[in-house]
Amino acid sequence: MAQTGIASTQQYNYEIIKKFAVMALVWGLLGMAAGVYIASELAWPFLNFDIAEITFGRLRPVHTTLVIFGFGGSALFATSYYVVQRSCQTRLYSDWMAVFTFWGWQLAVGLGALSYMLGHTQSREYAEFEWPIDLLIAVTWVVYFVLYLQTLRRRSQPHIYVANWFYIAFILATAILHIFNNLAVPVGLFSLKSYSLFAGVQDAMTQWWYGHNAVGFFLTAAFLGMMYYFVPKQAGRPVYSYRLSIVHFWALSFLYMWVGGHHLHWTALPDWTSTLAATFSIMLLLPSWGGMINGIMTLSGAWEKLRTDPIMLFLITALSFYGMSTFEGPLMSLKSVNALSHYTDWTIGHVHSGALGWVAMVSFGSFYHMVPRLYDTRIYSTRLIYLHFWLATIGILLYITAMWVAGIFQGLMLRSFDDYGNLAYTFVETVAFLHNPYVVRALGGAFFVSGVVVMAYNIIQTIRQAQLEAAAIEAKIAAKMANA
Amino acid sequence: MIKHESIETNAGLLIALTLIVISIGGLVEIVPLFFINDTVEKVEGVRPYTALELRGRDIYQREGCYLCHSQMIRPFRDEWLRYGHYSLAAESQYDHPFQWGSKRTGPDLARVGGKYSNAWHVAHLINPRDVVPQSIMPNYPWLIETDLDYSDVQDRMRALKTTGVPYSEIQAEYDRNVTNFGVDTADKLDILHAEENLMKQALKNDYDGQPSRITEMDALVAYLQVLGTMVDFSRYDEGYFADFR
Repeated sequence: MAQTGIASTQQYNYEIIKKFAVMALVWGLLGMAAGVYIASELAWPFLNFDIAEITFGRLRPVHTTLVIFGFGGSALFATSYYVVQRSCQTRLYSDWMAVFTFWGWQLAVGLGALSYMLGHTQSREYAEFEWPIDLLIAVTWVVYFVLYLQTLRRRSQPHIYVANWFYIAFILATAILHIFNNLAVPVGLFSLKSYSLFAGVQDAMTQWWYGHNAVGFFLTAAFLGMMYYFVPKQAGRPVYSYRLSIVHFWALSFLYMWVGGHHLHWTALPDWTSTLAATFSIMLLLPSWGGMINGIMTLSGAWEKLRTDPIMLFLITALSFYGMSTFEGPLMSLKSVNALSHYTDWTIGHVHSGALGWVAMVSFGSFYHMVPRLYDTRIYSTRLIYLHFWLATIGILLYITAMWVAGIFQGLMLRSFDDYGNLAYTFVETVAFLHNPYVVRALGGAFFVSGVVVMAYNIIQTIRQAQLEAAAIEAKIAAKMANA
Repeated sequence: MIKHESIETNAGLLIALTLIVISIGGLVEIVPLFFINDTVEKVEGVRPYTALELRGRDIYQREGCYLCHSQMIRPFRDEWLRYGHYSLAAESQYDHPFQWGSKRTGPDLARVGGKYSNAWHVAHLINPRDVVPQSIMPNYPWLIETDLDYSDVQDRMRALKTTGVPYSEIQAEYDRNVTNFGVDTADKLDILHAEENLMKQALKNDYDGQPSRITEMDALVAYLQVLGTMVDFSRYDEGYFADFR
């Protein structure tokens, strides 16, 4: 065990993975804490404190950027570098390129968050970065692509493992989306301000083509790459169906790009576009569930692991939430459902059942598998993994239940009429109704963050334990050398 | 028939095919929106923002208003009663970027223009709970305390002109605006007189109730007051806009 560990630390570049993994946790904690804070601002508006930098409107992009790009992005860099090296049995093509992607990405995330608080934003959801940061991201991403491709090309076996297909699709799609959605004209070379190249309806469609595929490729395809490596590894058995993974990959890649228009149902977007988007959203259910089944059935014949292995519990729960939110998504993309759900907190709940339930849970499971291997040790505490699992699960359930209540009831209140045909509620009456669900949502978020705190402690202790073990071995060797 | 194995063993082929597969959806759904004429309704009255309104819009973006307020009224009876006529694509044809929003934590603002007085907006932005006790909106007291920076307003208009907004810099562009929008509006779209026009509009309307100063509040309220007011819907039949959808 120790020997293979030492060999693999030399064979593979683990240093870069460790860096990204640690930053994923740092951004995760900050971003989720920001999430709890803005959730609390909605429940108790005095928390805005009349401080411009921390008002809801400026802090919300900080939350989304830190969790999606800081936590999610760093987790993807970490696991993709791990998976590509392990599955291709080769070292990363270039160490400096890997380090470049690290600093490029961390800088972009950090500067982005800071710039939103100072009021610099493109005001495109999940693409709020102003143009200089967009350029930094573009350069970083090109280096990432070249590094990943060149590493694939030096693989020591003919086949490219399925996890890498998903990572590649994620890298390509993100590049295309990022470039086209951020086409803008800067006010000047020394001004952070820019104006989107497109306007109105075309701009809206471009943004939600980006927005939904940030979900589709950044938060789904890439994390499926993670799933296709870590679930079979942790289960100790091969992927359930190889053929299903082929269908899953191509169908998902093709269909996702069509569905962004369902964010614009009943708007000034032409009907043909939104109908097309709804149709493809329904079709997308099939590959999504195909992937979920492929993941869960990998455990077939080894179900008892769910009783004994908390990491498996994380991974399988993540897949269950993936299945649930990819069912809820097509449902909400139906125009009749969307008429009620759109503009309400149901959407927020839906996003979080995917983001917390799927993205975060599959990352946690993968990290608990990966981090001890990076440091050639064992996890510090299995009981703390269980604790984390329950804190996270309770948090998610509180969160999405509160948002279902908030969204569906607000939607119903807004469209109800009294006996005389007048509106039954003013808008602000529905806002008042939202207070209790908002309190419960903030509580759910707090549960989820406390789980991450437990994880961070567990990981820190694991790293410390690895350092002690390494020191002990060195001391032993030194002693032997002295005796000899 | 190629075997899937040949894709799995060839990184270049895998990448090429993936690129093709992920490009189709966007090409089919987005590109035609630029070329199908009916995408944006033919309607009169929609004009680019004046210099002051534009600076107000910049502040609207800066504060992240779009995260809680939509500017897109859907064609439903409750929205018609609450907000007014459903939004047209034409009404955001000069919006770089669009501000349709995705969430209504607060009400839609697509037609908030003219609905409340300037004084109401000022009071509401300073402390929303002074006028709407149950509101959960943050206070924005700094807007009325901060002088509006309009030193680079010409550069901003030039950047927008590059994207296709018909602000004018040369005589021919000005003449075109006179034809399309009339003299009054054409004057306001003149980049070279932007600061002068901005001051004129702020002083004339005194949005923030402080006649001696031009503050960020002036700009933001000027923007809010123009939202949804450009199209005169009484001039069109009910069925006219439906034909574009």
